[in-house]
Amino acid sequence: MSSSVSHGPVSPADARVAPKPGLRRFHQARWDEPLIFELTSPGERGVGVPVTSLPVPSLPAGLARVAAPGLPEMSQPHVLRHYMRLSQETLGVDLNVDVGQGTCTMKYSPKVNDSFVRDARIAELHPLQDEGSVQGVLEILYRLEGLLKEISGMDRVSLQPASGSSAIYANVSMIRAYHASRGDGELRDEIITTQFSHPTNAAAPKTAGYRVITLMPDADGYPDIEALRAAVGPRTAALLITNPEDTGIFNPRIEEFVRLVHEVGGLCCYDQANANGILGITRARDAGFDLCHFNLHKTFSTPHMCGGPAAGASAVTSALAPFLPRPTVEFDGSRYFFDDDRPESIGKIRPFYGVVPNLVRAYAWIMALGGPGLREVAETAVLNNNYLISKVLEIKGVSLPYAQGRRRVEQARYSWEKLNADTGVHSEEIGYRVADFGTHYWTSHHPYLVPEPMTLEPTESYSQADLDEYAAILAEVAREAYEEPEAVRGAPHNGPIHRMRDASLEDPGTWAVTWRAYRRKVG
Amino acid sequence: MLAAIGADSVEEFYADIPDSIRLHRPLNLPDPLRSEAELVRHMDRLLSRNKPAELSFLGAGCYQHHVPAVVEEIGNRSEFLTAYAGEPYEDHGRFQALWEYQSLMGELLELDVVNVPTYDGFQAAGTALRMAGRATGRRRVLVVGPVDPDKLSKIVDFVRPDHDVEVLDGTHDGWQAADLVVGADVAAVYIEAPNYHGVLDAALPSLAERAHAVGALFVVGCNPISLGVVASPASYGADIVCGDIQPLGIRMSFGGGNAGFIATRDEERLVREFPSRLFGVVPTVVEGEYGFGDVFYDRTSFALREEGKEWVGTAAALNGIMAGVYLALMGPRGMREIGETILALTAYAQERLAAVPGVSAPNAGLVSFADFVVRFTGSRTAAEINALLLERGIQGGKVLSDSDALFCVTEIHAREDVDRLAAVLEEIAK
Repeated sequence: MSSSVSHGPVSPADARVAPKPGLRRFHQARWDEPLIFELTSPGERGVGVPVTSLPVPSLPAGLARVAAPGLPEMSQPHVLRHYMRLSQETLGVDLNVDVGQGTCTMKYSPKVNDSFVRDARIAELHPLQDEGSVQGVLEILYRLEGLLKEISGMDRVSLQPASGSSAIYANVSMIRAYHASRGDGELRDEIITTQFSHPTNAAAPKTAGYRVITLMPDADGYPDIEALRAAVGPRTAALLITNPEDTGIFNPRIEEFVRLVHEVGGLCCYDQANANGILGITRARDAGFDLCHFNLHKTFSTPHMCGGPAAGASAVTSALAPFLPRPTVEFDGSRYFFDDDRPESIGKIRPFYGVVPNLVRAYAWIMALGGPGLREVAETAVLNNNYLISKVLEIKGVSLPYAQGRRRVEQARYSWEKLNADTGVHSEEIGYRVADFGTHYWTSHHPYLVPEPMTLEPTESYSQADLDEYAAILAEVAREAYEEPEAVRGAPHNGPIHRMRDASLEDPGTWAVTWRAYRRKVG
Repeated sequence: MLAAIGADSVEEFYADIPDSIRLHRPLNLPDPLRSEAELVRHMDRLLSRNKPAELSFLGAGCYQHHVPAVVEEIGNRSEFLTAYAGEPYEDHGRFQALWEYQSLMGELLELDVVNVPTYDGFQAAGTALRMAGRATGRRRVLVVGPVDPDKLSKIVDFVRPDHDVEVLDGTHDGWQAADLVVGADVAAVYIEAPNYHGVLDAALPSLAERAHAVGALFVVGCNPISLGVVASPASYGADIVCGDIQPLGIRMSFGGGNAGFIATRDEERLVREFPSRLFGVVPTVVEGEYGFGDVFYDRTSFALREEGKEWVGTAAALNGIMAGVYLALMGPRGMREIGETILALTAYAQERLAAVPGVSAPNAGLVSFADFVVRFTGSRTAAEINALLLERGIQGGKVLSDSDALFCVTEIHAREDVDRLAAVLEEIAK
């Protein structure tokens, strides 16, 4: 039977697909997905459980559950479908040019590394198994420590920290233990950090009981060395400093900073969260530091997993090594083993031996690259950053505060101060609109020392075309801010949801952290 | 790209790094494994030296449970695996999945506030105690009953700037609340249900009363997989509940699967002490749409640096999403059944092993969940018994002392597994 619609002859020109538009016509999945509690269907269940014929003992008075937990009752396909939809409404790195999450070193994590940790020979190991049955994972931990020793220049490394922030806290604990062992732990109650370090560099020492002194940037954006001179003294326990800082500016006087702190008996602790641009170029030990840490999920490419699990590494000189978390991994020439007999250790900072799957991934990543590969990672990341800077600075309304005429290392913190003054549009609003083009954008940590900030870190994972695409999105949003600001103000237009009414998140009378609380407060 | 930048070489970008701190040689690392095939061969050689136990009775803070396939299907989704700190508008699904995790845990715990996971149960306990200290303004912290010595080490290291930890009888099971004097200078009484030795202490409700009588907070660490059948700590008076969600569908991974939770009632004085993120649900401008964002963000170090509560950073969010999937799959009936199975098997194992000559189960008269203490009263030490079990393909429990070991059973064990263990012990434990 012939179609009722008649098609005339088709010319070759009609059959040609027109060129792609300059910017991607993106639309994220919008499932209008209910809350999981709204999907309950009494009597359904998603998975069976072994049921026993053995007698169940009676629980002591008051310790038996009376009312069943109000969990939803759902079939397996319904649970799967719900979470599949939520995953589709999430923009992971694998889907986008993720240069907009500065300070976080978003990079490609090779898929093959995931296969190693899904293998039962990692996934099904109990941490207290007989050491003879886990020689492979012990060798990986031992070898990874060796790799990180060379990359940092340090003498020993603990892989126990759960994350970068956990490693910062471990380092602060070791600083405390070191000074206590020398008898001046009580006296040294101050830790110095800088405004452009990660917030944990201020919050962890405070948690550990230290008074925190924050160095502000000088006119060029470097941590103010005169402020450091004024701050150091007999009460100085340590300097916690990131270099390059989150502005992407490398502090060229870092050795002098170290000398000033060492002269008063303080320790120097390098936050290497931004190490991606300096791998193989310069090391914590070369700059005179006593301790440093790495974020393995950033620099060494383990997936970021919606905010963890991450993994950290604390690296120290031999003078600090006695204080490392216990146990350490040792090798006697034929056998790998844990050494738990470490009397000066700060003890445990995490159950067992660290976030092992991520340690395995980081090990595999470094082994695939080797020394030349790591240096190529750094150089490519830095080239990408400086290329992106040149593209972004062509956009009206944006500037790059501090260190005029100097290069940045692996990231840059820009300012939309002029665009905001001209149009009233804020940096956060630019971020909402950028999401409409299928990518991510972040301002910076608070407080905003740079007005209307934007922090971009392109890493080595993105091509020139990727960077051009990202810069073109920013240029388009900036144009809209000037010419049709309602397009920016009304964003997002292409996301899973629309603008939130989120004032209730700050009000104890209305905030709702759980479904229970929501039903009670809102109905 | 260099030309577009106006640079001669990449070296130009490193102009601010002084020559004196430059590494003037290549990193001394092994030759790269350039192809994926070479890398796989190398890793396979290492992994082949690991042998998951055929039959294991290890627990002690890391538990073998069945992980439903759907949990891993979701946990391995590329969008969740590779997302990070996205905003609510592009990462809506991540926010919803984590808010739902908080909510599902809230139903299990019968509490209105649950955090986005912190690193692990050790950190959760340390932070819960510091929260109690800030809320009460008091210095002393009492830790009651057996607690994992490694966990205690973490707690002491973490709270000591502000708190003195007093451990009350670290080996005594079946604690009698009458034995414990709680002074008016006590910020928190911390106890676990089940405790490190697996015992569910009958004194828990009266201990709560004792703590509350002097204005101390009652902080309970619990194993969430028990709560389909065991009462929620909130129901007998806990003010802060904490623990580890590894049992809820997360693989052991040599101890890499741990992730912590902290939960409280919805009281501002407690909520304001959480250092970690708390997601909340809100309407959007479109009717029928849910949005999600941070509740009371100005608690956090992200907002206030050292003026925030402790610190917040990358912790263990994906474990939370996976635990949420697990709870949704299990539902109330699955959680009850798994709890009953583990309770029953733990009781059976203690009874069965205690019938073996040279073996006793010192806590057999108390109700235990998953973990339980086994005492070897014959001529061999617990370590020697473990070595002999290994020769027969069985990984025994964690050695606690010359005579004692901490064994563990879960729903993955069958009654026959316990019988096999008992039969071997009959040969070697005399």
